[in-house]
Amino acid sequence: MLEIRDLHASINGKEILNGISLTIRDGEVHALMGQNGAGKSTLSNIIVGHPAYEVTSGTITFNGKDLLSMAPEERAHLGIFLSFQQPVEIPGVSMTNFMRAALNAKRKAQGLDPLPATEFLKLMRERRKIVDLDSKLANRSVNEGFSGGEKKRNEIFQMAMLEPTFAILDETDSGLDVDALRIVAEGFNKLRRPETSALVITHYQRLLDYLKPDIIHVLIGGKIVHTGGPEVAMMIENNGFDQFIKE
Amino acid sequence: MEAALQYIELYEQCRGMINEHSTPLLNQPREQACEDFRRLGLPTQKLERYKYTDVAESFAPDYGLNLRHIDIPVNPYEVFRCDVPNLSTSLYFVVNDRFYDRALPTAPLPEGVLVMSLAEAAAKYPQFIENRYGRLARSSKDGLNALNTMFAQDGLFIYVPKNTVVERPLQFVNILRADVDLMVNRRLLIVLEDGAEAKILFCDHAIDDRNFLATQVSEVFVGENAHLELYELEETHVKSRRFSNMYVDQQRNSSATLDSITLHNGLTRNRTDVTLSGEYAETRMFGCVVADKQQHVDNNTLIDHRVANCQSTELYKYVLDGEALGAFAGRVLVREGAQKTISQETNANLCATDTARMYTQPMLEIYADDVKCSHGSTVGQLNDEALFYMQQRGIPQDEARMLLKFAFVGEVLDSIRLEPLRDRLHYLVEKRLRGELSKCEGCRLCK
Repeated sequence: MLEIRDLHASINGKEILNGISLTIRDGEVHALMGQNGAGKSTLSNIIVGHPAYEVTSGTITFNGKDLLSMAPEERAHLGIFLSFQQPVEIPGVSMTNFMRAALNAKRKAQGLDPLPATEFLKLMRERRKIVDLDSKLANRSVNEGFSGGEKKRNEIFQMAMLEPTFAILDETDSGLDVDALRIVAEGFNKLRRPETSALVITHYQRLLDYLKPDIIHVLIGGKIVHTGGPEVAMMIENNGFDQFIKE
Repeated sequence: MEAALQYIELYEQCRGMINEHSTPLLNQPREQACEDFRRLGLPTQKLERYKYTDVAESFAPDYGLNLRHIDIPVNPYEVFRCDVPNLSTSLYFVVNDRFYDRALPTAPLPEGVLVMSLAEAAAKYPQFIENRYGRLARSSKDGLNALNTMFAQDGLFIYVPKNTVVERPLQFVNILRADVDLMVNRRLLIVLEDGAEAKILFCDHAIDDRNFLATQVSEVFVGENAHLELYELEETHVKSRRFSNMYVDQQRNSSATLDSITLHNGLTRNRTDVTLSGEYAETRMFGCVVADKQQHVDNNTLIDHRVANCQSTELYKYVLDGEALGAFAGRVLVREGAQKTISQETNANLCATDTARMYTQPMLEIYADDVKCSHGSTVGQLNDEALFYMQQRGIPQDEARMLLKFAFVGEVLDSIRLEPLRDRLHYLVEKRLRGELSKCEGCRLCK
């Protein structure tokens, strides 16, 4: 369970989040919607520990553990995963070496031995199929020369490899055509287990049609101004965000 | 000038002893070299090619010289285990400035190929040496050449006759070994006659916890249609200082691949001058530097396109940590008439800490009007967003930093054509970047 209490945060001295409180229970999928600049990506970056953001007050706990005192990799080892809005290209680091390092670091944190090479490669092959990722991409450097769609698929592929218990999808639908969107969304659904939860950031109804969130939050000016069921997405689709600003 | 004076005095006092323990062909140019050294002195930082290294500082301390060539006991096999797995080489040792002839490879070399002490070769085969020794490395032009020529008593001679291919790589382990602080002046002469081919690997080690100062002057002749691959790997310690001047002359249709890897050192200054004397010759130069602590690595290169239709590529990459200082100055000179020259020069550097410093100076000088040349350099830091991305996936920060640095120099390592050596270097560089190679792999006690 992820619990955020009265979170205030800033970047370069500018306050972006003004008191966010949010509880995501095991098994729940929450969506976070809001205009550009509302603070959606800031919130997701803070949950995973991006060093550029400063938390000025408030708490975030994950299964009772204080996340804010942990390094990004320690949070990852607890099972927190971010599908990046703009995945980073890392020239010279092959996808295989990258995934092996990530998976074995997680296993080490869990007190497990590194996965033998043959088993690791088998796992790579299996999980690639979930998002229909070309085997050639696995031999390339991380995200280097990938198209926008391939980068997003690659994010979900990494999620499949690391099997997080809490995933954040930060505009994973942006830049995807309808077929790619379906593959990515269905891939995500295949990976869901009863205990996994997620926070989905999106501007569009379409992704939510696939993911079927339990709860939708509207974020405006660094604050959650409205929380409701799946119907909120339709309200936004029809009447925009202005209706919530007036609230 | 004070640092230089002690060497002039030493030479004057010991010239008899120096000559006595060397050979006439090497003795003959000494007096002239001393004259040159009196005039030139040690190179100062006012000289364009010595801007980034204070030579006098390294030469000022008092080092011993083994001018009498007293045997320093060493069993190379005992102290050295830095073999390259799966690379079958003809393995030789050079201890300080002397070819170690008590541990020679058993597999025979192709007929006519010579691998031996330079002094011995000068006595036995003067015809191969007299017109070549000192021809490329002119003591009148460079104070370090002059100093080395004054004191050099021995070194290594490699000769590959016409149309002879040496399939098995020749590997030389240069060992610095002494019980006192020691200066070593080593001389290398490598000759590939027309149509000859060889792959040569030098591994530099220092096995005693002493201050070492090594000067090495190498002259490399690559004949018509000859092909040379030359790899130099330095894995010495922080108390060692290396001043290497290498001169390469390439004839028509020849190719030379020169790879220089500084994995661990104290202070290193490598000068490499390549002259393309015959048309359709090709030079490929690669350099990889990993330095931290207060290590200093200065690579200074010149590729001289004297004639038309030659190609050169140059790629040097540095990863600097701690308070390391790196310098790269690469001059590509395309002379009048050297039309259809193709040349590409790149130097890329990573300063992983705020205290690491890099000086980079790519230079392209063109006096012909039908050429394709480019040059460029970059100095950057580790990409924070890439680091964070990796950490988010659970990769600890140190490991992520290591992976990024390794990826950065990987391009140079991938250029190594000898596959087992490439694999071995991947392993060594990774260990080095993890901080597990602060002493060299094969040695007993270097720090």
